[in-house]
Parts: sequence; C-alpha cells; structure tokens
Amino acid sequence: MKAIRSMVLVSSDPESMDLGALDVFNTLQKQIIEYGLDEEITLSMISDVHKNGMDPIVLVYPDAVIYGSVTTQDVPHIVEEHLYKGRVVEEKQISPYDLTGRVAWLSARKGTLPAENRIVLKNVGLIDPENIDEYIINVGYEALGKVLKEMTPKETFTEIKNSGLRGRGGAGFPTGLKWQFVSGAKGEKKYVICNADESEPGTFKDRLVLEGDPHAIIEAMMIAAYAVGADEGFVYIRGEYGLAISRMKKAIEQAKAYGLLGENIFDTGFSFDLHIHAGAGAYICGEETALIESIEGNRGEPRPRPPYPTTAGLWQKPTLVNNVETLANIPAIIRNGAAWYKAIGTPSSPGTKVYTILGNVNVTGLIEVPMGITLREVISIYAKGMKNGSTLKLAQTGGSSGSIIPASLQDTPMDFDSFTKAGVSLGSGALLIGNEDICVVDLAKVLLNFFRYESCGKCNPCRIGNKRSYEILSNISEGVGTLKDLKDLQMLSDQLYELSNCGLGQTAGSPLRDILAYFRAEVEAHIKLKVCPAGVCLMSGHRAYQTE
Amino acid sequence: MSVEVKQGQDVRKIVRTFVEEQGNEKAELIPILQEINGKLGYISDDAIKELSERMNIPTSHIYSVATFYRMLSTEPHGRHVIQFCESAPCHVVGGRLVWEKLEQELGLAKGETSRDEKWTLLTTSCLGVCGVGPVLIIDNNIYGNVTPEQVPEILKNYE
Repeated sequence: MKAIRSMVLVSSDPESMDLGALDVFNTLQKQIIEYGLDEEITLSMISDVHKNGMDPIVLVYPDAVIYGSVTTQDVPHIVEEHLYKGRVVEEKQISPYDLTGRVAWLSARKGTLPAENRIVLKNVGLIDPENIDEYIINVGYEALGKVLKEMTPKETFTEIKNSGLRGRGGAGFPTGLKWQFVSGAKGEKKYVICNADESEPGTFKDRLVLEGDPHAIIEAMMIAAYAVGADEGFVYIRGEYGLAISRMKKAIEQAKAYGLLGENIFDTGFSFDLHIHAGAGAYICGEETALIESIEGNRGEPRPRPPYPTTAGLWQKPTLVNNVETLANIPAIIRNGAAWYKAIGTPSSPGTKVYTILGNVNVTGLIEVPMGITLREVISIYAKGMKNGSTLKLAQTGGSSGSIIPASLQDTPMDFDSFTKAGVSLGSGALLIGNEDICVVDLAKVLLNFFRYESCGKCNPCRIGNKRSYEILSNISEGVGTLKDLKDLQMLSDQLYELSNCGLGQTAGSPLRDILAYFRAEVEAHIKLKVCPAGVCLMSGHRAYQTE
Repeated sequence: MSVEVKQGQDVRKIVRTFVEEQGNEKAELIPILQEINGKLGYISDDAIKELSERMNIPTSHIYSVATFYRMLSTEPHGRHVIQFCESAPCHVVGGRLVWEKLEQELGLAKGETSRDEKWTLLTTSCLGVCGVGPVLIIDNNIYGNVTPEQVPEILKNYE
C-alpha cells in the first residue's frame, strides 16, 4: 500500500503561469522522482491560491509551509532540504497573511489551507493543538514575553485600546477600554474570565479556536491578566464542547510544565493560575453576569447592573470577561502593533471577523475575513452561491438574538457601525442564509421557541413575553391568527426590549420586530387569506410541528 | 424495596467520593452534579440529600441548580438518550421532517421515555455543529446531515 506522506501544491493562476509556474511544476516532478519520493509525495496544480508579488507559490502539506516567488533554480534545494530531509527552507518561506484566493471554504471544510487575512484562525488546522512546541514555533508566547519584559500594564492596555479592537461576543464593546476599567478598579484580587460558553445558535467559531489553537487563549488571558493586575483566571467552556475542554486542559498542563503558566513567569514576578469550568447546558450563561453566577455554583441568572463585573464580578471582585475570538486577536496585536491591526477592516471596526455560514447555500462553514465585507460577497464568493440556484430571501445575522434581514440589505457592509445604522445586529457572526422556501412565521416560531425555553425565568417580560409571543405565532401558523395579533407582537417585542433585565430578553424580540418590518405582507397573508405563501405552515389548526 | 434501599446507600457513597475528590466549596457544586449525572444517569433525591449534608448547601439550592441546566436531569432516562437540535440553523435545512420521522419511529413525543426504558427523546438548543445540520445526538455520538430516510438506520445501531 502506498502511504502518502506529503502533498505539494503549485499555484496556477494566470500571474503564476506568466512567472513560470509550469516550469516549477515540471522541475518539482522531475526532482521528486529523482529522489525516489514519488511514491510518498503527491504533486498538483491549484488555481485558487495567489499572493501579490509572491507568485508562483508552492504549498507543502501537512506542514502548511508556503514558499513564495519560487523559480526553477529554487526547486532542487526545496526538494532536497524540505521534502527529503524535512528541513524548512526558511529563506523562501512566506507568511500566510494576505494570501488571497477562493480557498477559504476549503480551509473551513478540511482545515488545511490558509484563508485570507487569518488572525484569529491563524494556527487552526495548521498546527497540532496538543503540542505546545508547534504553537511556540509559530511565534507562540512571544507576545507574552514582550509584554512581561518590555511593556508596563498601562502600555499593554493602551496598545489594545489604540488597536480599536471591539469585543467579538456580540455587543462590540471596545476591548481596551474594558481592560482599562478593570485595571483602574479598586481591589487586591482580580479575575480574568474567558467566555467560551458559545451557545448562540449557528455559531461555532469559538469551538474551532479552542479545539485548534488552545494556547492562543492561554497566552491572551495572561496578557490580559498582566494588563489589569489579575493573578487568576477561568475558562468557562460550554459543557457540550467535550473536545475543546480536553484540549484546553492539556494545553494548560503543558504550559505549566514549560513554566509559562504558574508562579513568577519568565522571572518577572508575574504569576497566573488558570482553571477550566465546564458549563452544564444553558444559553443564558453566555451573558457575563450569569456566567459568573454559574462559576460560583448558582443558577445562571443574570445580575442587575450596575455594578458591572469590571468593578464587582466573580465573588464581588473586579473581573474582566472577554470572548474567545476577542482574546484570540490579542497576541497578534501585541506582536505586530496597534497600527498594523487598525489597517485591517474598517476604521470603526478594525480587524477581521470570523463568520459561520449556514443555511440554503452550496458551501457551509467558517471564514475569517476583514470587517466590512457584504453579505452578497459572502454568498457569492465563500458560500459558492445559493443551493440549487434558489433565490436569497432573508438572512439571519448573529444567531437567534441577531436580526432577520431581507435580501435588499445584502449590500450593507458588515461591521458594527454600518449594521447599527441599518438597525441590524452583527451579533456573534453567524450568517444563516435562507431561500424562498423559508416561511418567516415558521422561522420566528422556531426562534421564539428557543428563547421561551432558554429564558432563565428571573424577570417577567422575558419569561412571559417569549411564551406569549410563541403562542401568538403558533396561532398564526395554524391559520387561527387575527390582525390584533400583529399589534400584540409589536407590543411584546417593544416590551421585551425595554423591560428585560439582560441581553437575552432585550434581543429576544428582534425576530418579531424584523418580520413585522420587512415581511409584514407575508405574515398578513397567514391571517387574512389563511395561506402560507412559502407552503411551510400547515394552516390546519390541528397537529402541525408540535414542539411542545 | 430492599434493593432500593441498597441503591440509596450506593448513591450516597458515590456522592461522598465525588465531594472528597473535588472539595466542598460551593463553586464545585455544578462540576460535582455533572459527575453524579454522568455516573448515575440522573440526580436522585438521595444524591441531593447526601450532597446537601456533605457540602453544607440547602437541598432547595441544589435542586434549583440541578433543574436549571439542560445537561443535568432529576429524572431517570432510558438506556439511550436522543437529543435533537431544534434551533433555527438545523430547522431551515430540513430538521422538521427528521423530527417527525423520529417521533414516528419511536412512538414518543418530546421529553418521553419508552416503556421498555430503551429510549428517551429530547430536544436541545444549538450544539455548535451547525455546518452539518440537521443534527442529532444519541448518547455521545453526533450524527450530522441527517435525512428522514437515515433515521431507522441510525436507530438500528443501538441495543
């Protein structure tokens, strides 16, 4: 049996071909045969990879090494050193940044090829997450060394502040400012918490970071701890993420064994201890005060605010809570500087965003692209179009608590400010894309069922409002709705937003608001004509899709 | 009857071991409940009483926590627990038909356990594997891209 050890890919876009990609390919083939490696190495041309001024490109997998501006003269050296002896030819190696091409969907699917502008997912799928050495080789823990040796805590949070990084958990709060608040809060004991309770339907970006690059989170949490003056941290991972929990545990053990985590790190007097807390299945625990309650051993019920966790959080001590994706940006910002980060994305929302693409499209998966990309671009480039040539009807951005937007908004740039202006929430970055087979009443019913179930029950607007909204939607979907229901839904949506204690209740009404704003005619058809235009609702008044 | 009493004592012994291993700080309550749930399949009254004594926490608090979280159960389940994702991403790619097929094959409604105690049918919120919806989990095995036709085949794998 042939065992393929390595895969070598040569770029073959027009620019590469002009620069002699074909000759490089032929020489590679000849050399590989000469070294007797043709049984264990496959060689192919790919048209999807391209980097300005660096063509032709040669990629070697599984090492994920990228060589740029390769000429036929370079080939013997690369074959002998890398493919034969296993040593990377560093002088020809280039970074995966700025590598463009339609390869993102491939990387999402197979975890191999680097996509454009990867910061958060830089290492995911390319290194062995259970081996700390691979993280260190990829400039891991370099940023930690830099802040501990060369920067003061104040310089550290100022750098993050200058980078313009905004929280990726959904609310988009400026990260550096939050760090500054915790740093300035009074108290000897402070905590840093990584919010990895990723429960927003349609979102699984944090899972891939935890599973694929756990050391990045440890490093970032330590940088944060140094900046705010904390010496203890928790990673709150949702209980369903078994692999993420075990990888994170292993990473913490390894970091401790290497002296990167524990007492007096790098002889700087800075100490940090890190624990893992596994969630037990509750959407609400993604809300930071509910998460804190849960770590303390209570029901995950959000606290009234103020006081905010930055002044009175875990065990009433000042606490910094950051999302996984937010933290994953930190080491790169420290290494490359705030100015570098600010140059990516849009002025008001710098950096990249990880999106999950779902629904009625040809390719689902994960992409990391600069802030400001439009939905149309996501669908046509990364999702490879709508399934079976169907038409885009709506998209839900940001998970269940996000917004339902009609096809007419698909050219709005996706960044925090443009979306806020359009009255849309970017949320967690989930993009659920729906075609004309989706009925908005049915979709809203599913969403409200989710909120009805996940409401913690602490405050009335949310506990009762979600239940009542679900009942009204059920009636409409069964053909027994009335026009008064529309008014009631609008009222419930407003009350949920204005009266709920926490973000769950406040956003639960947004599907109602959106279907009434953008798809009112379709809802009215259910009521006036007793017809479901998409043909989804059974309209029979008897047993339909019983979710009770 | 005597069997039940013996079970009760066993339960208490198991709970004691977990508390000894993890400590009796209140912050350990949820991790310990998860261990008990994993070991015994559910959190029984006996377990709650023992835990209350060992950790010095009121039974009412333990019960309120045990009933709050989806992954903890205060009711016994069947030998195999099916969890079907009912969130929007799975729903829009055909989840409803898979759910109807599940109900029909098992003869169970949401939350029910079969008479022979083989199956418990539950729904769950998003499990974070939305790229391959519709998704269902049986015990710890995840099935993605499930079609109604595959449901009987999948169920056959379980004794």
